This record gives sequence, structure tokens and C-alpha cells, in this order.
Amino acid sequence: MPIGLYILVSVIKSAIVLFVLLTSVAYTVWLERKVVGHMQNRWGPTRVGPFGLLQPAADGLKFLFKEDLTPPHVYKPLFLAAPLIAVVFALTSISVIPFGNDVVIGGYVIPLQITTDVNTGLLLILGVTSIGVYGVALAGWSSNNKYSLLGGLRASAQMVSYEISLGLSLVGVLIMAGSFSLRDIVHAQQGHFWGFIPNWNIFHGQIIGFFCYLMAAYAETNRIPFDLPEAETELVAGYHTEYSAMKFAMFFMAEYANMITVGCLATLMFLGGWNGPLFGPPVLQAILPVFWFVAKVFCFLFLYIWVRGTLPRFRYDQLMAFGWKFLLPVALANLIATAIGVAW
Amino acid sequence: MVSIHLILFLAFGAVAAAGAINLLVQRHPINAALSLIAVMAALAGEYMLLGAEFVAAVQVIVYAGAIMVLFVFVIMLLNAGVEEQTKGSRVAILFGIPGMLLGSLLIAWVVLKHSGTGDVAVGALPGAPNVIGQLLFHEFLLPFEVTSILILIAIMGAVVLASKPPVPGGTPAKKVQD
Repeated sequence: MPIGLYILVSVIKSAIVLFVLLTSVAYTVWLERKVVGHMQNRWGPTRVGPFGLLQPAADGLKFLFKEDLTPPHVYKPLFLAAPLIAVVFALTSISVIPFGNDVVIGGYVIPLQITTDVNTGLLLILGVTSIGVYGVALAGWSSNNKYSLLGGLRASAQMVSYEISLGLSLVGVLIMAGSFSLRDIVHAQQGHFWGFIPNWNIFHGQIIGFFCYLMAAYAETNRIPFDLPEAETELVAGYHTEYSAMKFAMFFMAEYANMITVGCLATLMFLGGWNGPLFGPPVLQAILPVFWFVAKVFCFLFLYIWVRGTLPRFRYDQLMAFGWKFLLPVALANLIATAIGVAW
Repeated sequence: MVSIHLILFLAFGAVAAAGAINLLVQRHPINAALSLIAVMAALAGEYMLLGAEFVAAVQVIVYAGAIMVLFVFVIMLLNAGVEEQTKGSRVAILFGIPGMLLGSLLIAWVVLKHSGTGDVAVGALPGAPNVIGQLLFHEFLLPFEVTSILILIAIMGAVVLASKPPVPGGTPAKKVQD
């Protein structure tokens, strides 16, 4: 493929993925308000559009028109940079996620992901998300406010701690697939066993790995029951106490974009990626893999919201004890058991 | 013709050098730490361009993502202020700067004159994760394990240093009830 065409295709793919991602972020917020509302015997948003479907647009407009305050006591360069760091790295990590098999258009093979299939795609995601913690930490520090600082400190300690369990829970899958490439990992999960059970890693001995991943992912994205960095009852709003208008919205977007990335990763690693039953005419067969992928990510996001509507918040010492004394040993044991099983 | 590869390589190199200089110039610890992160990220870019994807990813995860987070964490926790500016020490002017110049001259001379330093094609040296794994766990197993024991000893040393000795004759600190 000539370099000019390559760049054009990359730009188009980036634009489509970003558009879909940001729209999903907006509608995940709507879904969360709606689902949690129904769980608490309320209606959730109903006023703007049918079923409140235009609520995200109204929220976006409100964020744009709110006064953009910068308090006088903050350390300005980092105060402005922190939301940027958070949102940029949250959006970058989606770039190595593959959404389906290669597509052939006009004789050119176009992979359904922004980058080409790099051999270390998974490591890149882990690296980018581990840099994302600076957004939260620096926001907390530069706000020059004790609640923000405590939130930032909590967030960085929590994310560093749970990153280890997150990585270890994924190594089991890597051992089974024998590759870092997300595409190879999905291909390794094709087919069925015992006639009907799909060959996904979650059914193939990685159920404990999936459990560890789930717990660590909730902690990494600062979601209930691990949302200590922004615990309202103790810290006002944690690291984003001093932020308003679009700067606050950027943290919000980063959080939900991270949730979606984590959901995509869970789908690729444990839930078989875009593998699923294919039927019907060729057009339908081309669309179905992407549909299965999106459906699985949707289920994962629904689980996130369900957990949010169900569980209370941990205490901070409980959070740390859970991460280091329970989750890490379990993830390690799972890794060793998987290694022995594969070597057998 | 100048390839896009070379341009990117020089750009990442410039970012790394600028970050390193900024690290020395900045007076606030947190700015210095952030410049160091920029240096490490730029180095990861260089590794990536040289075909060492795994090393690049590990560089970002371990250095930029874990070690520097702890640096920033400590700076935030101690709430370290702006450094005091001195007029510069005499030792630095007498020995430091000539020493640095001599060292860089030596390195430049070795690189330019020594016959063993030739061009290496991108990807000619092992860089794939499975190759690195084979090297670490077969040929260099002993050094690898010895290093991990060394790190374990360092961790234990840190725990010993950080834990407070029991007060003789006093009551032990009250345990927080779960």
C-alpha cells in the first residue's frame, strides 16, 4: 500500500473509532443513569428526547456553557495539563484494540484496528493505561487542596497496587495463546469443545483469571466498589474537586473511555473477541463479528453498572488488604496452575 | 533521501535530550520528575523504532508507569517545595564539567574510531518477547535469578529500615480494629 493511502486509511480509521468511542462514552453515561435509576425504583433521565436519549447532548451543552473556573491557589501548568493527560491516554489506549478480522477493500488488506497488528499490543495498552494515572495524581497535587491531594494519592497508590494483579491475571491467557498479539489471542479462542461450549478462555480454565481481571479492572478505573479516589462522603469529590466545566468533563470522559477499553480488553482476552455464530447472507456474515464484539463489550459495561448499583464502597485499608493479600496471591496461583496445565 | 525513520529517530532523540536538560534546569521537584518521564517515554520511542517493541513496552510500563509514579507519589506526599538555588559548587566547576567533557570525548572517539562498532540492521538483534524469554530463562538463567534475589534483599532491607523498633518497656502501638 502506498504511504499516502496508508496515512489516509489510518486517519479515517482513527476518526471512526474516536467518533464511536466518544458516542459510546456519552451513551454509557446515559445507560448508567437509566439502569441505576431503575434499580433504585426511579426513572432516570426522561425529559430530553424519547427515553431521555438526548440527555448526553444536553449534558455536553451544559459542560460547554458552564463557567470555566481556575482557582487562584492552584499550580497552573499542571492543573491545566492534568485533564489533558487523563483524556489523551484514555483515548490512545483504544488504538491497538482489534475489532474484527481483516477487511479487503479494492485489493488492499485493511486490519480493523487503528494500528497494524503489533506484536506487543497488549503490553502497549498496559503501558498507556499505567501512564494515565499521572492525570489523576497530578490533578490531585496541583489543585493545592487537601481533599484533592488525598484523592490523588489514593488513586496513584491504588492503581499501582492493582496494576500488578491486572497484569498477572492476563499472563494466564498469554500462556494459553503463546502470543502478545491481541489478534492471535482471539484466533486461539476459535471453535467449540464438547460440541457446544465456545472455546473462550473464560470457559477454558481462566475463570479465576477473569475474576482477578474483573476486580483489578474495577480498581484501575476507580469505579465502585473501589472508587476511593473520589469518595464523596470523605473527600468531597477527590481529585477533581477543583475542576469545573469542560476540564471536569475531560476527567469524566477519561473514566468512561477507560471503562470501554477495559471492556474491550476483557472481551479480547477472556470472552473470545469477535468469535460467535456466523449465519445468513455474506453481508450479514461480514457484520456479525463486529456485532458480537460490541455485544460482549456491552455486557461487560452492563456488569460494571450493575455492580455500581449493588455494592457499597470499601474502606481504604480493606481495599489495600484485598489487593495485596488476596487478589495478588490468587492471580499468582492462577498463573502457576495455568503454566503447569499448559506444560502438561 | 532522508527516511521517515531517521526523522522520527532524531525527533525522539531531541525530545529525550531536551527533557534531560529541562530536568536539570527545573527548580521544582515535580517538574523535574515529569521531565524525567518525558525522557523515558522518548527513549521508549527510540527502542520502538529500533525494532525492540518488547523493551519499549517494558520501558514505559516499568519506568514511566511504575517507578516514576512512586517518585511523583513521594514528592506529593512530602510536599517538597522549590529547591534553593546556589551559586554552583567549586567541585562541579573544577572536576565535574571537565570530567563530563572528557567522558563524552572518549565515548565519541571509541564510537568513531573503533572497528567493532558497525551498522546494525533494524531487527537484526533479538527483540521479540519469545526470544528475550528464551535468553533470560535458558542462557542467562543464573544471572536473572541472582538479580531477583538481590532485589528481594533490597526489599527486605527497606522493610527493616522502615519498620520502627519496639519501644523497650513501653506498650506496643494499638492495633487498628478491623
